[in-house]
Amino acid sequence: MAQTLSRPTASARAPGGGLALFTTLAGAAGAVTMTLALYGIFVLAPTERTQGVVQRVFYIHVPLAWTAYLAFGVVFVGSLLYLLRRRRRWDVLARSSAEVGVVLTTLVIVSGSLWGKAVWGTWWTWDARLTSTLVLWFIYVAYLMLRAYVGDPDRAARYSAVLGIVGFLDIPIIHMSVIWWRTLHPEPVVLRSEGPALPPEMLWVLLMSLVAMTCLYLSLLGLKLGIETLREDLRARRSPPAGQ
Amino acid sequence: MSVAIRARGVGRAFGAIWALRGVDLTVAWGERVALLGPNGAGKTTLLRLLATLLRPTAGDLRVADLPLPGAADRVRGLIGYLGHQPGLLPDLTAWENLWLAGQLAGVPDLADRCAVWLARVGLWERRADRVRTFSRGMQQRLALARAFLADPPLLLLDEPDAGLDAQGLDLLEDLLAGGRTVLLTTHHLERGLALASRAVVLVRGQVVADAPAAALDPAAVRAWCAA
Amino acid sequence: MPPTPVQTPVSSPPTVRRPRPLVQLGALIWKDLQTERRTREIVLTTAVFAALALLIFVFAFDLRVENRRAVAPGMLWVTVTFATLLALGRTYASEKDQGTLEYLLTTPVDRSLLYLARLLATLVFLLVADVLTLGLAGLFFDLPLLTPGLLATVFLGTLGFASVGTLFAAMAANTRAREVLLPVLLLPVSVPVVIASVQATAADLGGAAGDHPWLGLLLAFDGLFLGLSALLFEHVLED
Repeated sequence: MAQTLSRPTASARAPGGGLALFTTLAGAAGAVTMTLALYGIFVLAPTERTQGVVQRVFYIHVPLAWTAYLAFGVVFVGSLLYLLRRRRRWDVLARSSAEVGVVLTTLVIVSGSLWGKAVWGTWWTWDARLTSTLVLWFIYVAYLMLRAYVGDPDRAARYSAVLGIVGFLDIPIIHMSVIWWRTLHPEPVVLRSEGPALPPEMLWVLLMSLVAMTCLYLSLLGLKLGIETLREDLRARRSPPAGQ
Repeated sequence: MSVAIRARGVGRAFGAIWALRGVDLTVAWGERVALLGPNGAGKTTLLRLLATLLRPTAGDLRVADLPLPGAADRVRGLIGYLGHQPGLLPDLTAWENLWLAGQLAGVPDLADRCAVWLARVGLWERRADRVRTFSRGMQQRLALARAFLADPPLLLLDEPDAGLDAQGLDLLEDLLAGGRTVLLTTHHLERGLALASRAVVLVRGQVVADAPAAALDPAAVRAWCAA
Repeated sequence: MPPTPVQTPVSSPPTVRRPRPLVQLGALIWKDLQTERRTREIVLTTAVFAALALLIFVFAFDLRVENRRAVAPGMLWVTVTFATLLALGRTYASEKDQGTLEYLLTTPVDRSLLYLARLLATLVFLLVADVLTLGLAGLFFDLPLLTPGLLATVFLGTLGFASVGTLFAAMAANTRAREVLLPVLLLPVSVPVVIASVQATAADLGGAAGDHPWLGLLLAFDGLFLGLSALLFEHVLED
């Protein structure tokens, strides 16, 4: 039986103007803020006393980490909403953010490893943050593998939503257990309980970099959402609508 | 007035493939309906939708006026299901399988009921034997007993005649004649028309015929199925 | 002689019967325990596997006196982790093949109850195997392992694995690569359980594990993920 393409139904639309606009804006904002941030990182920020120039990786490593957590938070929200509402768009959001999140987490690990090599002389250290990030990486790689190995797309969406919820809620517990387990990493300078211990110039560059990384995440997410929405639209067009 | 089943525009998709489309069906209490059709027509899918194993992708589906999937847990208390596979626990005995079913359904006077039904399906002598040792036909009879055990208002039977010998088929006919509401599927055309008072023919996920069993000509049904 | 049945034709709108959840839970657990009693499939294979794993550890590690106390917690929990994966995989395999799960899903049983029953039955099997493992490890490594503190740790740690594992094993059973997928799903999420269990075991054996409340962490993990998994289970079971 030949497949005929039919008109798209309301729930499966090609990426509309809204998404394209969002992606363009995020990309533009990302370009601007990234330029500013890079200027800040390499020119404005003062050189740190003990670690020297290498310490500047901090301004990339830490914002990437925060953005990765943002990505997985979005996965959590998308997963929760998918299970509650069963609308495809939430699954699209969750899986897109998961993929971008894995990329970001990989960058966190790589930048952390480079930093560690420069400062401590080894390519890998089992300090708290790096270890937690590695576990996080495994959880969301498992998310992607789960989607790959489950045949039926509805089932894949459901199962990965379950994992998306469980994984995210596990994050604070993983953190706590890893921090208790190991204390090799220099105290997280910004996240100390007494308040940020960074001098203001460093803090500003860090925040700038954070904005830039968030824009990077949003533009990547926008691109990925566009691709996945097209995929859903194609799938909807392939099957004739019910009832007629 | 309450009906056993009301389906309006019901559809079910698996990914891109619609196994059922635009199904309209009303079954009143006390009716015996046979679902007929070739392989892949959607008979099992429809049964599984009614048994709350699947959610409908489209349309409105109600059992005893309870909407699915919203009131699925209440619907489960009203149905007796027999699937493609008997779905018995192989390492429990015949008695234990029925006992479990009764406990899950909250059946009163369970011990008596189990005895009654084991006798009815001719498995009383084998009640203490593990189901693993049963033949396909015996398992089918036990699974039938299990479906009827809780005295459900609606019975959903997927190929209840599978694996049954002549005696088993007589038993099936006997069981179905009790006045309960039954929706069954079968590959055996003539048998389906004989067991039921009404027949619904599905082809490629859609209803092509819905008439009293006596009014349907087997040759015509065959032609529809082959088309 | 069995009594003869009486036909009761039904043609009017029905009323819904309300079975009691505790009765259902009891019946579901009983079915798993009874099946295990007849087949001895899970406990035996898990225990044998654990014993063999410990044997490999004996050859893999240098077990001079000082080392034993340091290495024992890790060896014990690696063994328990992989034995748990094994047991979890087995519990779903046969049910899927026989179509029993599908039947259960048509009965008026709450999905959370199905989860709880599966969890409790699996827990019983695992705890039996774990206690055997503890005893055997104590024997192999000449360490006092059957202490109340260690038994409590083993209980909480195993519960931690089983709580999420029951959920994930149901998912993995429905996929192509079920044996590989379960560890991939379960192990990263269970990292806190591994860390806390090993440290608590080390503390119990007299090693220094800081003064962190490891058992408290395990308790928190168990509580959170038991509740969460019970809620999410229905989404894994439906189709």
